[in-house]
Amino acid sequence: MIPVCRIEDLPEGESVRIEAGDATAPIAVFHTDGAFYAIDDTCSHQDASLSDGWLEGCYVECPLHAALFDLRSGEPTCLPARKPVRTHAVTVVDGMLYVHPATQIVPGQPVHAAPEEAVA
Amino acid sequence: MTAARTVTVVGASLAGLHAARGLRTQGYDGRLVVVGEEHHRPYDRPPLSKEFLTGDGDPGEGLGPLALTDPEEEAELDAEWLLGVRAEALDTAAGEIRLTGGRALRTDGVVIATGATPRTLPLPPLDGVHTLRTLDDALRLRAELRAGAERAVVIGAGFIGAEVASSCATLGLDVTVVEAAPLPLVPHLGEEMARVCAGLHTRGGATLLCGTGVAGLRGAGRVTGVELADGRVLPADVVVVGVGVRPVTEWLEGSGLALDDGVRCDAGCVTALPNVVAVGDVARLDRPGSARTVRAEHWTSGMLQGDVAARNLLAGSTVERFDALPYFWSDQYGARIQYAGRRESGDTVRIVEGDPAEGGGFLAVYERNGIPTAALGVDRPRPFMRLRRELARAPQPAGR
Ligand SMILES: Cc1cc2nc3c(=O)[nH]c(=O)nc-3n(C[C@H](O)[C@H](O)[C@H](O)COP(=O)(O)OP(=O)(O)OC[C@H]3O[C@@H](n4cnc5c(N)ncnc54)[C@H](O)[C@@H]3O)c2cc1C
Ligand code: FES
Repeated sequence: MIPVCRIEDLPEGESVRIEAGDATAPIAVFHTDGAFYAIDDTCSHQDASLSDGWLEGCYVECPLHAALFDLRSGEPTCLPARKPVRTHAVTVVDGMLYVHPATQIVPGQPVHAAPEEAVA
Repeated sequence: MTAARTVTVVGASLAGLHAARGLRTQGYDGRLVVVGEEHHRPYDRPPLSKEFLTGDGDPGEGLGPLALTDPEEEAELDAEWLLGVRAEALDTAAGEIRLTGGRALRTDGVVIATGATPRTLPLPPLDGVHTLRTLDDALRLRAELRAGAERAVVIGAGFIGAEVASSCATLGLDVTVVEAAPLPLVPHLGEEMARVCAGLHTRGGATLLCGTGVAGLRGAGRVTGVELADGRVLPADVVVVGVGVRPVTEWLEGSGLALDDGVRCDAGCVTALPNVVAVGDVARLDRPGSARTVRAEHWTSGMLQGDVAARNLLAGSTVERFDALPYFWSDQYGARIQYAGRRESGDTVRIVEGDPAEGGGFLAVYERNGIPTAALGVDRPRPFMRLRRELARAPQPAGR
């Protein structure tokens, strides 16, 4: 579980990128449509940071080639991305936002050993 | 063209693949043939001058992360792939494409997607001299850069030249970039911003020599140096020529199609014949509301035109126009450059975020009479994207 920020520090329509530790890829956290979402920050197409993307409802558009990802499932809804990004659970405890990095494998992704730091 | 039984896509790369996808998603269920001169399935070119050159490890046999399709999608496309096969001629009257080896392919519809190929200079054919367009080009260059080369000379400081120079610098080579113009990229970015981007070379540890042409090469068998027009000689183990590209239209000579630095089409990618469309780097489109025509050499246009062209081909007339805001990006010396819009010479430029003089990222907007016409961002993906979207929605000055 990784602390992100206090909920008032991530207003509606905003996003933040967090370094989840050496063993886990960076994670993008979004506040949109009245909810918080977390997905892998790096686009599954090439090297772009989805936390820099354009939020439209439950979707984020990649800032490099405009692939659209569903924040709920991590699935791309259009090209050029063809693979999903991982989604991560988000919780709020006492006004503090936490991300729980996913350790399960998304279909089509290579299998990595679950990093120990990520399940603290 | 609803009754088409065969549609042939010539050129198995980005634009051709997206046209094929467009045909299928719009319900075309006839025979689909894709002819490609390269032996590879469609792959992505932009990484070739960037991470592919600098990447660790063996690039391996397959396309790996460069692949634009996967087996599942290829099965859905249900196309016949004729790879390693060149289209030599198009006979529009007979509805035939002549292929290498004299074979003729009967077809009802044609998508021209033959892209572009590097321009060359009248230089002797020495080993160690490269151009970069295809995966095979990139594999050759990559291998040489790792085989003990110490000094690279890049001829031409356009985007691809700059990216190759940057990759060579990353690999630890001593890099000099030679540019004939007084300043590179002025037609693309205007003088002020071109100067800022030229500064990236120096910042990244490369030397940029402007305002001097190349007179010849030194070396017997293998290149050892580049002779400049001003008499200087630059020692070189590897030379990369990046002086722009030209559209691949030779095979269409005699087809009756209008060729003028690209295949002439209307604003919907349709040529004078409703069953022949052109997409990507090879297509020169009318620009509605102006006398001008445009041929883009950008990845995003290549990807987006396929869908429009497919729709018009199936409809048998131009029911949709291609009107996406031009966009490209370039990664060099650790900086990400993004540009969108239709800048013209005389537009003013204003920095709206950051400070180019400090060497960090910034966001600039081009304007004409106070109306934004284009945006340039360096390491400012998020505000750049906001500006790009605004530009796409806003009315543009007449004729752009
Ligand atoms: C190294 C490199 C880096 C780039 N970086 C960027 C970037 O950062 N940003 C950006 O926006 N754009 C970039 N581009 C440009 C982008 O890749 C092109 O705009 C895009 O590839 C155009 O796609 P296309 O399908 O029209 O043409 P191409 O990709 O050129 O494909 C045409 C295909 O047709 C085949 N062909 C040609 N003639 C025949 C024939 N007679 N018969 C059969 N097949 C034929 C060719 O072999 C080729 O495979 C880059 C290009 C290169 C080469
Ligand atoms: S990097 Fe995200 S769409 Fe290409």
